[in-house]
Amino acid sequence: MKKFVMGMTAAILSLLAGVSYAEYGLNFPEPATPIARHIFDLHMLTSKIITILLIIAVAFILYSVYAHRKSRGYQADQTMHKGWFGTWSWILVPAMVLGVDLTIAGSAQKSLVDMWEAPQTRCTAESKPDDKCYDMIVKVTGHQWWWEYSYMDEGITIESRYTPKEQAGDQYLRAVDNQLVLPVGKKIRFLHTSADVNHAFWVPELGMKKDAIAGYITETWAELDRKGTFRGQCAELCGTWHARMPIVVAAVDQSEFDTWVGKKQQAMQLALAEASADKVWSKDELMAKGKETYDLKCAACHQVSGEGLPPTFPALKGSVIAKGPVAAHIHMVLNGKNVMPAWNSMNDLELAAVITYERNAWGNDTGDVVQPADIKAAR
Amino acid sequence: MNTAVAHEADHHGPPHGLKHWLFSTNHKDIGTMYLIFALIMMFLGGASAMVIRLELFHPGIQFLEPDLYNNIVTNHAYLMIFGAVMPAAAGLANWMIPMMIGAPDMALPRMNNLSFWILPAAATMIMLSFVVPFFPGGGSQINTGWTIYPPLSLKVGPSMDFLIFGIHLLGISSVLASINIIVTIFNMRAPGMKLMQMPMFCWTWLVTAFLLILVVPVLAGGVTMLLFDRHFGTSFFDAAGGGDPVLFQHLFWFFGHLEVYILLLPSIGALAMIIPTFARKPLFGYHSLVGAMCVVGTLGMVVWAHHQYTIGMSLPAVNYFMIGTILISIPVGLMVFNFMATMWRGSMTFETPMLFAIAILIMFTFGGLTGVMLAVVPADIQYHDTMFVVAHFHYVLLPGALFGLFAAVFFWLPKWTGNMYDEKLGKLFFWINVLSFNLTFFPQHFLGLAGMPRRIIDYNVMFTEFNQISSIGAFIFGLSHLLFLYIIIKTVRGGKKATPQVWEGAKGLEWELPSPPPFHSWTVAPQFKPAD
Repeated sequence: MKKFVMGMTAAILSLLAGVSYAEYGLNFPEPATPIARHIFDLHMLTSKIITILLIIAVAFILYSVYAHRKSRGYQADQTMHKGWFGTWSWILVPAMVLGVDLTIAGSAQKSLVDMWEAPQTRCTAESKPDDKCYDMIVKVTGHQWWWEYSYMDEGITIESRYTPKEQAGDQYLRAVDNQLVLPVGKKIRFLHTSADVNHAFWVPELGMKKDAIAGYITETWAELDRKGTFRGQCAELCGTWHARMPIVVAAVDQSEFDTWVGKKQQAMQLALAEASADKVWSKDELMAKGKETYDLKCAACHQVSGEGLPPTFPALKGSVIAKGPVAAHIHMVLNGKNVMPAWNSMNDLELAAVITYERNAWGNDTGDVVQPADIKAAR
Repeated sequence: MNTAVAHEADHHGPPHGLKHWLFSTNHKDIGTMYLIFALIMMFLGGASAMVIRLELFHPGIQFLEPDLYNNIVTNHAYLMIFGAVMPAAAGLANWMIPMMIGAPDMALPRMNNLSFWILPAAATMIMLSFVVPFFPGGGSQINTGWTIYPPLSLKVGPSMDFLIFGIHLLGISSVLASINIIVTIFNMRAPGMKLMQMPMFCWTWLVTAFLLILVVPVLAGGVTMLLFDRHFGTSFFDAAGGGDPVLFQHLFWFFGHLEVYILLLPSIGALAMIIPTFARKPLFGYHSLVGAMCVVGTLGMVVWAHHQYTIGMSLPAVNYFMIGTILISIPVGLMVFNFMATMWRGSMTFETPMLFAIAILIMFTFGGLTGVMLAVVPADIQYHDTMFVVAHFHYVLLPGALFGLFAAVFFWLPKWTGNMYDEKLGKLFFWINVLSFNLTFFPQHFLGLAGMPRRIIDYNVMFTEFNQISSIGAFIFGLSHLLFLYIIIKTVRGGKKATPQVWEGAKGLEWELPSPPPFHSWTVAPQFKPAD
């Protein structure tokens, strides 16, 4: 037994000492908003209170175990429960606990009101720094298994997916392709919703976690007070790849943010122009574009190999849909079915490319070429 | 007719072989069956937990597919809650309540038989829900966790239907058992035994039984609505049809939060029998303990939404649920205090049940205190759905429910079998079990604070160290239960003979019966003499 315990201890110590490939955390990461700071303080306060209470309880128990034992010849006090303490403890103990309870509940009130009431009006030139108003709105939509961020005023929508291990390295599962870029010092109102199942948006440094529920909109708000990269994850079990829904916030200066917005707007306009141009694309062009889009958006379920993960995610390689009539294939991608989401948010070019790719890759070789015009007609 | 049946039973005794168990209406037999069933389920649930910890030992996906991982997580919860802890508590009730109150048997013996034999059917359904996806046409696995929230649960294949029917069967079984316990306690107490003189274990089970009858139908209703959404075109939980996915969460947690107390209270009752026995001193604050339990049951029914702070409730609503939840610390604190005061100035000895009782007091207090941290809404926004929550509820449920059951088994095993268990092995089991439990779950607090969500199959390297410690703890913890099994088998097969009183400080009607008690005990009601 003794050997066993010592062996285990040695194993654990060597684990603690030997493994050094990443910083490990013991507590919340450093907050980046005033509310997250309040939460941190509140967390430290309650932690201290419960530590003290636990120490008191354990001290009484251990003293009792030490002193009031038969082997020391201690005689049990058979009348203790009938004394004044036994008579009145039922009211004394709850009164003391109530005192602690009220301390805790009371100290939570300010930050609760602060965080819970998301600003409902837009800030104006006359707004004071402490006013409850917002400067910008970001709509966060959870998808299986990626995040969509819409900057409502700027007209930008970005899609954020996890970065595969080869590129992410040590940040794997905490790194994404497109970060949520936010300006420091602005009051940001977040609207949360979901396109499919429940998700939860959580970034510890921002002190916010909110469920994304299909058909409903929930709100939070944040005012970043320092620059940095803040990493979180989806916090509500959302199916197969729940572990692969990281959230990365890049908090930047206003000027940096404006530059970034400008670039994004330009890129979106270019993509839109390309997609809506009345151009007939060649099969090779569509296949190249299609592979890019497929690997990004479809491969999480149907796999890069097109073999899927049956039975939940059917194979596309040799499938009835991918080798059958083109119209049915377009209909499926546009409208979805069961677990398959409706992909009508993609533009005509992307859809045409993906469908062309699916009909010709992995030996499907139907030879069909789907043009953006076909998609437009099918919508 | 009745006399004829009784006459026949006297002559031939109970039937032998399979029929003895299949048709048994004897509270001791049914209690034994409940306990054996629970033990089997505990090993299955424990095996699934060890598979989870094996997968989480190292970052990356090594052994399982993500859906299989989620399926095992789901199965672990159902096996442990509905398969292991609830049936084990029902087994203790069956064995002990009639002997404690001086009744010859449970009030409704045939219903007792039914409520047990529904369980294997229910367990089969639950295990089928796990297995079905592996067969052709079996659809997808249950990747929802035990909370089975829609819309995710609406998309799962037929295995979800097996789970739903399994829950229905479990619910029927629990409600029948609860009715039986309530009727027994109200009608079959020995002459002279008032309600406020009952052994505390009977009180905790009385409260538990009422809670079960109140909340299990709500869960049954919720999962039935889910079934209708899945197959009959209703949209209770689908916003597209005018429903609300959050409604299911309310129904689920109205049941789910009370379920925690349903799991805890019988074990608390066992502690209330164990601590006075080994402290050789009456229970401190009998009346306040009964009151505290009734308050816990009542308050527990109106605080469910603290499991869903992040769904976007209004400010007054979260504030109410926060304050209500924090107030639960009052009755629970009183319970812990009463147990500490029972030990205080006692003349204690430290046999295995008492060791477990003391460890439970410390660890359950810790679990309860982290519960207060979680109740505080702004802070819970950070803890919610992280490993911190996993650590918290395992600190509540393992000491509060499971270790209480272990303590109870060691406490009453000599009474049931007539043999003393091996004290040395018992203590060895205690130390390995409790230490490895802490090694498993304490590090998970840090994981949660540092930002690891729960229910993920793969994690970032920054969470590696604590996950590895936790997994090593879990393997020791899991395997230690083989020792528990060995001790039980060894005790059943033989050992030092136990006296009727078994423990020096034991008081109560059940200790006046021989060890083991005869097949029919208290055929003549004893006269109850209240202890002062």
